[in-house]
Amino acid sequence: MRSRWSYVYFAFYLLLGVVLLFLNNDLSKAVITLMNVIIVLVPLIGTIFGVMYYYNSQEFTELLLAQPIKRSSIFLGQYLGVALSLSMSLILGLGIPFVFYGLFESSAIWDFSLLLITGTFLTLIFTALAFNIALSNENKIKGFGYAILLWLFLAVIYDGLFLMTLILFEDYPLDKVSLIGTMLNPIDLSRTLILLKLDISALLGYTGAVFKQFFGTSFGLIVSFVMLTIWVVMPVLRIVFKSKKKDF
Amino acid sequence: MVTIENLHKKFGKNQVLSGVDLNINEGGIFAVLGPNGSGKTTLIKSVLGMVIPDKGNITVLGKNIKKNSEYRHKIDYLPQIANFPSNLRVKELIKMIKDLRKPTNEDERLIELFRLEPFLDKKLGNLSGGTKQKVNLVLTFMFDSPLIILDEPTTGLDPISLIRLKDLIKAEKAKGKTVIITSHIMSFVEEISDEIVFILEGKIYFKGSIQKLKTKTNQPDFEHAIASILTDNHA
Repeated sequence: MRSRWSYVYFAFYLLLGVVLLFLNNDLSKAVITLMNVIIVLVPLIGTIFGVMYYYNSQEFTELLLAQPIKRSSIFLGQYLGVALSLSMSLILGLGIPFVFYGLFESSAIWDFSLLLITGTFLTLIFTALAFNIALSNENKIKGFGYAILLWLFLAVIYDGLFLMTLILFEDYPLDKVSLIGTMLNPIDLSRTLILLKLDISALLGYTGAVFKQFFGTSFGLIVSFVMLTIWVVMPVLRIVFKSKKKDF
Repeated sequence: MVTIENLHKKFGKNQVLSGVDLNINEGGIFAVLGPNGSGKTTLIKSVLGMVIPDKGNITVLGKNIKKNSEYRHKIDYLPQIANFPSNLRVKELIKMIKDLRKPTNEDERLIELFRLEPFLDKKLGNLSGGTKQKVNLVLTFMFDSPLIILDEPTTGLDPISLIRLKDLIKAEKAKGKTVIITSHIMSFVEEISDEIVFILEGKIYFKGSIQKLKTKTNQPDFEHAIASILTDNHA
C-alpha cells in the first residue's frame, strides 16, 4: 500500500520538475514555483500519509508488540519507513529532472539544494507530528480531523493570525516579534529561508531588510536549521515516550 | 515461572484489575477463567508487556519485565483475535515472524498437522476465521519456548482441529512447559487444565485444582461449580 503511493508521489514530483524546467526555461522562476508547491504540499502529504500509515498498520503493530522487539524500535522503524520513503520520493522526483537540465553547471544549485533540504525537513516534521496525533487518538476519524486541522493551522491560519497581529500592533517595533513568530512555524521558517536565499527580499520591504540581516548571515542560517531540527526531534521524542506508555 | 504482585490496571474510569497476586509454577497447564470483562486478557497482556500496569510487579523467569523486551523470547503468545495484516500471504507472514525471532523447522510439521498447505499462497485477508486461527496457532507453536500463553485458542476451530490442538497442548506439557490458557469452553478447560485461576471483579477469587473447586462450591460437576460462583456473586 505504502510503496504504491510513494511511487505516485515520486511520479508527481518528476512530472512537476520536468514541466517547470523544460517549459519554463527560467531556473529561478522554476525554483520559486517549486517552493510554493513544496511549502504547502509536503506538509499535507506528510501529515496524511503519516496518519494513514499508522492506522493501517495497527494490526501489524499489535503482532510485533508480542514479539521480542523493543517498543521504541517498532515505532521509530515505522516512522522512519514513512518519512524516509516520502523524502526519497521528493528528492529523486525533483532531483532527476534537475540533473538532466544541467543543474551542476548552473548557479542555482544552492537554491535548489536548500529547497530539497527544507522539503526533507518538512516531511520529517509533519510525519512525526502525524504519528503523534495518531498515537494519541484511537478514533481514526478524530485522528484524521486533528491532522488536517494541524496542517491547515500551520499552513494557512497561522499566517493570517500573524499578519493580523502585525497590523494591530503596527505602531510598535515588530522586528523581533516577527522574527520569533516566523521561527515558531516550520512552514513559515522554510518559506522565509528560501525566499531570502533567492534574493528577492526587497519585495518584503522593511521587515525584509531585518529578515535579510538575520537570515542572510550564517548565524541566522544555523539558528534556522537548529530550529528545524528541534521541530523534528521534539515530536520524535514524544513518539518514543508516548509509545512506551500506551496500552494495546 | 511467572509471579504477579499487587497488579492494578485502570482503563479510563473502568478499574479492570485491582490487586492481583498470582504465582504460576513451572510445568503444567493453568486455565485463567472469569466472566466477560473480568480482566483475563488484560492480565495476559500485562504479562506480555502490551498493557502497562498502573501499579504492581511482574516477573517472568525471575526477571522483572519492566523496561525489558528480551524475556519475550521465552514466551509464545496466541492473541485472542487473529488480526493479521490483510495484504500479506500466509507464507510471507510465517517467514517474517521467523526472521524476527529465530529460525525453526517446526512450522512445516504444524502446517501439515492443521492441513494448511493449500492456503500458504493465499492472502490473510481472504482466509476464514477458523483458518486464520490455525495460522495463528502455527505462529505460536513453532517456537520452542518454555512459556506458552493462549488467549481463547479454540475460537473458530472445527472439531477435528480442536482434537489436534488438545494433543498439541498435552505434548507441550509433557515436555515440561508451562501453558497458560483462557477459555469459555468449560469442557475444554476441564479436560486439559491441571489448575484453574478464577478472576472476579479484578481479583483472584479462586486458585487450585478443579477437584478443590467442586468441594468448595459443593457442586458435582465443573460447569455448575463455575456457574454457582457467578450466581453467588451476581456477576
